[in-house]
Amino acid sequence: MHRFANPAQFNRLADVILPWAIGAMVLLFGAGLYYAFWASPPDYQQGESVRVMYIHVPAAWLAMFTYMVTAAASFTALVWRHPLALLAGKAAAPAGAVFTALALLTGMLWGKPMWGTFWVWDGRLTSVLVLFFLYLGYMALWQAIDDEEKAGRAASILALVGVVNIPIIKFSVDWWSTLHQPASVIRLDGPTIDGSMLTPLLLMAGAYQAYFVVVFLWRMKLEINRRKLSVARQAMMHAPVGAE
Amino acid sequence: MNQSNTPSHASIFTAIVRRDVSLAWSQGGGSLLALGFFLIAVSLFPFGVGPAPQVLARIAPGVIWVVALLAAVISLDRLYQADFEDGSLDDLMVSPLGTLGIVTAKVLAHWLSTTLPLALLAPALAVLVNLPDGAYGTLFISLIIGTPALSLIGSVGAALTVAVRRGGVLMLLLILPLYVPTLIFGVGAVDAVISLTDPMPHLALLGATTLVATVVGLLASAAALKLAME
Amino acid sequence: MAEFFDMGGYALYVWTAYGVSAAALVWLAVSTRKQLKESAEAVESARARRKGRV
Repeated sequence: MHRFANPAQFNRLADVILPWAIGAMVLLFGAGLYYAFWASPPDYQQGESVRVMYIHVPAAWLAMFTYMVTAAASFTALVWRHPLALLAGKAAAPAGAVFTALALLTGMLWGKPMWGTFWVWDGRLTSVLVLFFLYLGYMALWQAIDDEEKAGRAASILALVGVVNIPIIKFSVDWWSTLHQPASVIRLDGPTIDGSMLTPLLLMAGAYQAYFVVVFLWRMKLEINRRKLSVARQAMMHAPVGAE
Repeated sequence: MNQSNTPSHASIFTAIVRRDVSLAWSQGGGSLLALGFFLIAVSLFPFGVGPAPQVLARIAPGVIWVVALLAAVISLDRLYQADFEDGSLDDLMVSPLGTLGIVTAKVLAHWLSTTLPLALLAPALAVLVNLPDGAYGTLFISLIIGTPALSLIGSVGAALTVAVRRGGVLMLLLILPLYVPTLIFGVGAVDAVISLTDPMPHLALLGATTLVATVVGLLASAAALKLAME
Repeated sequence: MAEFFDMGGYALYVWTAYGVSAAALVWLAVSTRKQLKESAEAVESARARRKGRV
């Protein structure tokens, strides 16, 4: 558990992973976009607009995945007082907020031609909007409290409370009968989506996942640097006069 | 009262509840303000959407619920902050009740003093927005089931922001999204009755929300308070 | 080619969705990268200053 508690060790590990993650991200985006635009057919009902799915669904998956990363990091930070876990949550949250905003925006742009409206107040859309607010609250709480350690732990408590929202998002389309279509990829009896559309979807999901790894590791390194700087600043302030 | 030197847990608990309830109703307490806000905010809607009875009847359950929720939330910023600032929270937390016991007592007091009165006042205010006749009972029941969740979830936000200077707006940002399920099921029950369908599923889900809020809300509030007191 | 950009009449929605997504993802990555670089430089100069003092 505490093997990666040492920031230097973490930075070394991140530097090993990063080139591979960047490579995977470029390849997956290339392949995914090729399939999304050229090597997949238009939907027999939705026509060409189905191509929005290849960025909408990955953004929504990653929005939830990132929240689970933040929540797991928060749990680790609160229970085991793992020093890097607090920073992991802080590093993941901005990416999660972006994914959530993109899931909502692309969903609206897909909904307009398909449903005839940008927005409906159904369970799925509402709970994803709540997810976005939770990300905002998490980041705002980090900002609001001066003591970094306390800020992080307060934000972590909020992140854990917000986990309640994740199953609501997942099952909202089954509980409420709404315009939003039910799950078609992750379901017990196998995907109901056609293979020609599943390929670009999974490639793009992989690309988003790789993108998350890259941005997450960069932000972890950023947060570690920030922490170093604040420690150095504090040491400077508390240094006895005349120490220079 | 059997031991005069060491008061029992129950007597400390009731003492805190009593103290908080009477403080909330005394001069400068938040309960009357919350009720006043409830009254005024509801009576603004006929000016905003026009006095047409059908329009008001259509939005009545939502107006009552949303304004009750806002009234609850504006009364929350003093839930822990007053005791935090004058240092009495320190004393309370070292009492034999423990942090979880204190939180439970204070949330119960908040419900009794502020959010429950909102529920009691709601049927009277529903007249102002022309709630359809058959829906008063369900509105009342849904608020009775749902208002504990408002106090419980609100307590988490209040505890998380207790040490934040001018944390009121931040508290709103944290709490309001978490109120969404309570609001949906609460309004859903009343709307179901108005559209002549069964409100029970909504009330059951509302009850489930309150139960989850009880467990999660109390534990998270206690953790947040401990953190703030370190 | 024009047909491709037309997206079966859904051009506005499809291209806006892809445009917004690309802009947001690039913005997050680039700003993260920039902040990381600045913070690394700040850490370096703090270290150099400390060494210089000792």
